[in-house]
Amino acid sequence: MANKGWDEFEIGAMLRSFDGKAADVIATTHQEDRNYSPSNSFTASVADWRIEKPVFNKDFCIDCQFCWVYCPDMSIISRDKKMVGVDMDHCKGCGICVEVCPTNPKSLLMFAEHADEETEIAQWPAKDEEKK
Amino acid sequence: MAFDKMELRDVEVWDGNMAASQAMRQAQIDVVAAYPITPSTPVVENYAGFLANNFIEGEFVMVESEHAAMSGCIGAAAAGGRVATATSSQGFALMVETLYQASGMRLPIVLNVINRALAAPLNVNGDHSDMYLGRDSGWIQFDAYCPQDAYDLNLIAFKVCEDHGVRLPAMVHQDGFMTSHTAQGVKTLTDDVAYNFVGDYQPMNDMLDFDHPVTHGVQTEEDWHFEHKARQHNDLMTKVFPKIQAAFDDFEELTGRKYNMVESYDMDDADVAVVCMGTSVETAREVATEMRTKGIKAGVVGIRVIRPFPFEQIADALKGVKAIAALDRSNPNGAPGMLFNELAGAMYHLDTRPVISGYVYGLGGRDLTKVHLTDLYNELQANADAGKVLTPLQQFIGVRGPKLSFL
Repeated sequence: MANKGWDEFEIGAMLRSFDGKAADVIATTHQEDRNYSPSNSFTASVADWRIEKPVFNKDFCIDCQFCWVYCPDMSIISRDKKMVGVDMDHCKGCGICVEVCPTNPKSLLMFAEHADEETEIAQWPAKDEEKK
Repeated sequence: MAFDKMELRDVEVWDGNMAASQAMRQAQIDVVAAYPITPSTPVVENYAGFLANNFIEGEFVMVESEHAAMSGCIGAAAAGGRVATATSSQGFALMVETLYQASGMRLPIVLNVINRALAAPLNVNGDHSDMYLGRDSGWIQFDAYCPQDAYDLNLIAFKVCEDHGVRLPAMVHQDGFMTSHTAQGVKTLTDDVAYNFVGDYQPMNDMLDFDHPVTHGVQTEEDWHFEHKARQHNDLMTKVFPKIQAAFDDFEELTGRKYNMVESYDMDDADVAVVCMGTSVETAREVATEMRTKGIKAGVVGIRVIRPFPFEQIADALKGVKAIAALDRSNPNGAPGMLFNELAGAMYHLDTRPVISGYVYGLGGRDLTKVHLTDLYNELQANADAGKVLTPLQQFIGVRGPKLSFL
């Protein structure tokens, strides 16, 4: 957020969710199309303390939406019931999406924050034959 | 739901609590969240009666503590309602954490504080300990000396604190029992006239405005906290007095009753002056009049607005005086009294400074008698004649045992 002076902000310990009116946009738009204000947590990155990240491998995903349902921070991006990826500005790296992923091998796995995504996908684990 | 209007006589016999309740009724508050404590209980008890008898359209929320009472008021004010409550003493102390929330969130809530001593030892009677406890909380503080003041200042408080240029909560103080339970004639306004003086509530950043969602009570760390507090202090220092003065002027035009930030009595030619608050102002005025028949040019200065502190107005009121006494009705617990310190600070830059002595009196409801004040004025005259304080700077009035004085 801009470093405004003491006389440059609205009074009160108060933040606006939207720049301007919010009416009738919520049900018909996706998050990225809404006029969230700079102080809204959607606009700000609130994930800089994540130390492990989920990596999504679409080759194994069945679009079951379990990860979307269980994510506690609305950080799974899904469009038309198709898994798109993870919102890395908001994901805290809790690993719940990986835990609930039902495919074999999993379509989401946790890696260190600094791991290279393409490299990890290239050496993704094979199907675990012992699992039925 | 329609509500009934109440037919009032031009002069009603009300104690300070009823005067505050009636002003709250006439302001047509949306939400009162309250927890009872002596001596403030009748303020909200009367109000609940008005509500039950269809004289108010609003909500009365019974809560489990004063902390919850103010928290409920904060939520209702953030939602966009006109809000008020009342408390005293221990209840006020329990509210303190939420008082800073209310002022920092810039929510205009009116809190009637019926001044009472703070335990231990437990005591239900009036002194100014709770009033002093609130003085750094960022609220506007009005002080009523009698039931009429309590009625008038409640109406004025709503008008001032809800103004969009102010948006700060306000306390209206009155002395426990001495004002709150002493019935006097109170000149009334009709319901319509009183309501029109206060005006319709104008919401600002209210949570019930669904077109413009807001989050109230946000967290800021070292990157923003200082700016918010600076803004709050700036507005208290620069924006509140003009609004109070405008409200006092409007009220005088409406009723003929004139209020000032600093109330001066017999001060035009005064050599000696007592500065005090609450019911003591009226006692001191009576004694000052008597002292003048004995050849002592005595005056009284009452503080009407405690916060923001009327730094310039008090210096102006006292600049021609030779000796003054600051009367503090709260135990300073290891310092000069608050009023002594504030007055000394306000007068330090004056070319001709009065000599100042401090007095601690009336703790736990102990009477301040006319004899005490007569002796005090004689001491002040001796100080004025000598051009310096002949007594210790801090003396206790009316306490049993050996004379207690310090500094």
